[in-house]
Amino acid sequence: MLLHDTALIYGRYARQILRSRFALLFGVLMPLLYLLFFGPLLTDLPLGEEGSSWQVLVPGLLLQLGLFGALFAGFMIIVETGQGVVERMRVTPVSRLALLLGRVLRDATVFVFQAVLLVLAALVMGLRAPLAGILIGFAFVALLTVSLASLSYALAMKVRSPQEFGPLVNAVSMPSMLLSGLMLPMSLGPAWLDVLSHFVPFRYLVDAMRDAYTGHYTSVHMLYGVLVAVGMTALSVTVGTRVFRTAGA
Amino acid sequence: MAIISTAGLARTFQTKHGSVEAVRGIDLTVRQGEILGFLGPNGAGKTTTLRMLTTLLKPTGGAATVAGCDLVRDPAGVRRACGYVAQSGGVDGQIGVREELVTQGRLYRLTKARAQQRAEELAAELDLTGLLDRRTAALSGGQRRRLDIAMALTHRPQVLFLDEPTTGLDPGSRADLWALVRRLRDEHGTTVFLTTHYLDEADALSDRLVIVDRGVVAAEGTPTALKLKYGGSVDATLQDTFLAITGRSAAPADTAPVAV
Repeated sequence: MLLHDTALIYGRYARQILRSRFALLFGVLMPLLYLLFFGPLLTDLPLGEEGSSWQVLVPGLLLQLGLFGALFAGFMIIVETGQGVVERMRVTPVSRLALLLGRVLRDATVFVFQAVLLVLAALVMGLRAPLAGILIGFAFVALLTVSLASLSYALAMKVRSPQEFGPLVNAVSMPSMLLSGLMLPMSLGPAWLDVLSHFVPFRYLVDAMRDAYTGHYTSVHMLYGVLVAVGMTALSVTVGTRVFRTAGA
Repeated sequence: MAIISTAGLARTFQTKHGSVEAVRGIDLTVRQGEILGFLGPNGAGKTTTLRMLTTLLKPTGGAATVAGCDLVRDPAGVRRACGYVAQSGGVDGQIGVREELVTQGRLYRLTKARAQQRAEELAAELDLTGLLDRRTAALSGGQRRRLDIAMALTHRPQVLFLDEPTTGLDPGSRADLWALVRRLRDEHGTTVFLTTHYLDEADALSDRLVIVDRGVVAAEGTPTALKLKYGGSVDATLQDTFLAITGRSAAPADTAPVAV
């Protein structure tokens, strides 16, 4: 039943995004602009990392795409709560978990698709990286978006107004982006900043993805990255499930 | 036979400013095939009661059964037995009428083929056939309401809960909706539990009224019995009866449309 219901909810929201193809492409715009106008600034700078500047920047941009996109996923629930769609579904026997999983898996699909577009653009700009590393990168994007979208939906079920939701999400996303070294490696900064960034989980994801893009699949960074990504996903889906099971109660 | 019965059903909300007793203890019984009008001033706890009876909200006190299923122990059974139309409706404006109906059928675990067939049946029954391929945002208020009700009837529920079903409808659409509610009861034996602020509607449609005030049942009975008891005569208006029971008006008098 869970599978049937998840597929049903996934289908509903997949069709929704296909109806607004503009939104599908628009999501890639911000990282694409960074790629075009920020990427070339890095090409001759010493970044202290192995590989070309593109191998450092592109993993960061992919995570930025997931970070900003998935954290705002909850807006959809706020709109649907206003329309009464959420309650209408909750009075049917549909699995509560499927209401979350169908949406979250839709989001993961969308962001991996956008990540593919971004990597294609990066290849044109000059990125060269091993295929296995690029594929591992997509897996990280998928885990990150499942995790953050779950939290975002859970938060949206709790706050219920866009006026509260927007500022809260901004308060999380901006410091997360700056402190995780998505744009430039944190190792370039002073020690205190480097230490501080280790308290931000995304730091471990970006380090692992940069290793993947330079072909180091068995490094310590990779181990930590996988542990953090899997741990965050398990935790977030658990939180999301609890909220969806008891929402309104 | 009672299809809904509640005993001391209560709901307290915790807010930053302390706890709010939205529903303090509702005792009521609804017979199978009855059209029950659930009235009360704004904030009396009507919608909260409805949301509890449809499993959307867990009660903080008391107990209730709907179609023989306990609200707390068997919410899945309650969901199978009842349909609910919220005040706001519940369809996405960007989605087509057919797709919403078919998805709803699938949420009730019908097969794809059966869900498509059920969408056609419901459209025929609720006069939506010509609108199946429109986006729901392109429907008129009355058509939207019929779609909301069609969605709630997907699984042929024994009990239909309607929260202010005619608010915002023109007089013609209201009359159509009244006829629809009567037809559902007469042809399918559906029990209808509806809230309204329109006293003419409650008077014309309900077999029995339950009037709630400040989270408890203030009075109940047939419209005629209530008029006699609280209004002083069977010729009293329901408006005066309502005022006598609650000491307040159901809605500002000038916004209540005249009877159709």
